Amino acid sequence: MSSAAAGRHLLSIAELGRDGIDELLGLSETFVEVNRREIPKLPALRGKTVATLFFEDSTRTRLSFETAAKRLSADTMTFNAEGSSVSKGESLRDTAQTIEAMGADAIVVRHRAAGAPHQVARWVDATVINAGDGRHEHPTQALLDLLTLRHRLGTRSFDGLAVTVVGDVRHSRVARSGVAALALLGARVTLVAPPTLLPESLDGWSCVTTSDLDDVLPETDVVYLLRLQRERQAAGLFPSVREYTTRYGLTVERAANMKPDTVVMHPGPMNRGIEIAAEVADGPASVITEQVTNGVAVRMAVLWWLLGSGTVP
Amino acid sequence: MHAPDSPPTRPTSPGAHHPSRSTAPEGSRLSRPALSRRAVVLDAADLRRAHTRIAHEIVERNHGADGVVLVGLYTRGVAVARRLATVIAGFEGVDVPVGALDVAFYRDDIGLRPVQPLGPTEVPVDVAGRTVVLVDDVLFTGRTARAALDAITELGRPRSVQLAVLVDRGHRELPIRADYVGKNLPTKVAEDVRVRLAEVDGAPGAEPDAVDGIEIWGPDEETAP
Repeated sequence: MSSAAAGRHLLSIAELGRDGIDELLGLSETFVEVNRREIPKLPALRGKTVATLFFEDSTRTRLSFETAAKRLSADTMTFNAEGSSVSKGESLRDTAQTIEAMGADAIVVRHRAAGAPHQVARWVDATVINAGDGRHEHPTQALLDLLTLRHRLGTRSFDGLAVTVVGDVRHSRVARSGVAALALLGARVTLVAPPTLLPESLDGWSCVTTSDLDDVLPETDVVYLLRLQRERQAAGLFPSVREYTTRYGLTVERAANMKPDTVVMHPGPMNRGIEIAAEVADGPASVITEQVTNGVAVRMAVLWWLLGSGTVP
Repeated sequence: MHAPDSPPTRPTSPGAHHPSRSTAPEGSRLSRPALSRRAVVLDAADLRRAHTRIAHEIVERNHGADGVVLVGLYTRGVAVARRLATVIAGFEGVDVPVGALDVAFYRDDIGLRPVQPLGPTEVPVDVAGRTVVLVDDVLFTGRTARAALDAITELGRPRSVQLAVLVDRGHRELPIRADYVGKNLPTKVAEDVRVRLAEVDGAPGAEPDAVDGIEIWGPDEETAP
């Protein structure tokens, strides 16, 4: 497939386009089946090395990538900024080049600065995968969300699907990648948040906004709750957690106003009782566990697509 | 439109699992001379007879159809396996389970050529203790069959594994042979064996009689090396 040869990195959703998304989701189905096997392991990436380079804590994303790599028989290297040479002042560039010199074929980068993975991609010959950069993008999260939706809705077409994203959109790379991907596939996205937590500008966002969740919830097919970072309260962006929950939390009472088949999603980790009630998170409408499971399959697809499917350069 | 054993990607079709993953890129193919049709080897009626005979041979060899599972290799092998199961149900009264196997991740040319899975592996029964009949359309180098042996044993330990193909075109590169062959077809390496089956190559609902056939295509004389 030409797109496999063209994309040596995965940095953003936009670069994938609709065709790339479709291709990766189709590929992911193959790995969903593999992951259900008694021995969920393939020899596909023997001899390849996948390094995770995380400058920000994210145990679940790192574990998901490492599990994906191991199930494809790749070797893995783990680099944590904590207690590493980074604390001795080593630059991002030196760190990335050092990892590459150890033989990494792919470097999975998580960094608090937007654009860091793009920088790394310019410095190394290895394949770079963005595992979350600042408030910019988190493409594999968007892909696993789409895969989960495909399964729950039983359709590949998201044309006209009403998706409501609730919470701290302004600081959320999950929202940025997710909205971009959903819009590419034809969904109608509504952002719901206090004005202080909405993006400063909607340039480049294909969506509408509101601050009234109760107004849009009954017409929503998919409600996507974002994690509320408590430090935003200290920054004065919302008055209190309790008030946030009252207006924007998916409480049991509020969930009762949803259509019976509305799907509830959350990227994790959840603040139970704040942005989502525990009963809703564990209820039949929730696909939160499936999101985690599908994360491994999607990351296997991404690793295979970048490292295994193409010709040698 | 062809399914030789050697190229790692076989073109998908509207009936396949991943229509977005359209055709093989096959850069190497660009440098090859244009091919034109040399001969129609089997027509729809011949193919029907070949399926009927292979189905009978499978049941005869295994003293019945109990414990047999037909596992087709994507893409056309799956269609052949389903047809064989229909024939067996007709004369033996046994519904033989049919599976679909993707061998992409077990190929020995990953990294040498573009390789993509063609669909999810789906085998409806536990293969452990059963007789697995791997089914494909064309047997060529044997590398796909080797990958299939790895892929199937990953799912369990079959009692035995057999191989059924519509065409054996020779040029084996590995010590592999088929147990059931529709037609032995001597070919040149430069030629293509093109298989058309209604389920894969026809419009939805197309009749086999209108679509089915196996042809040999070869390089044009003036451009042949």
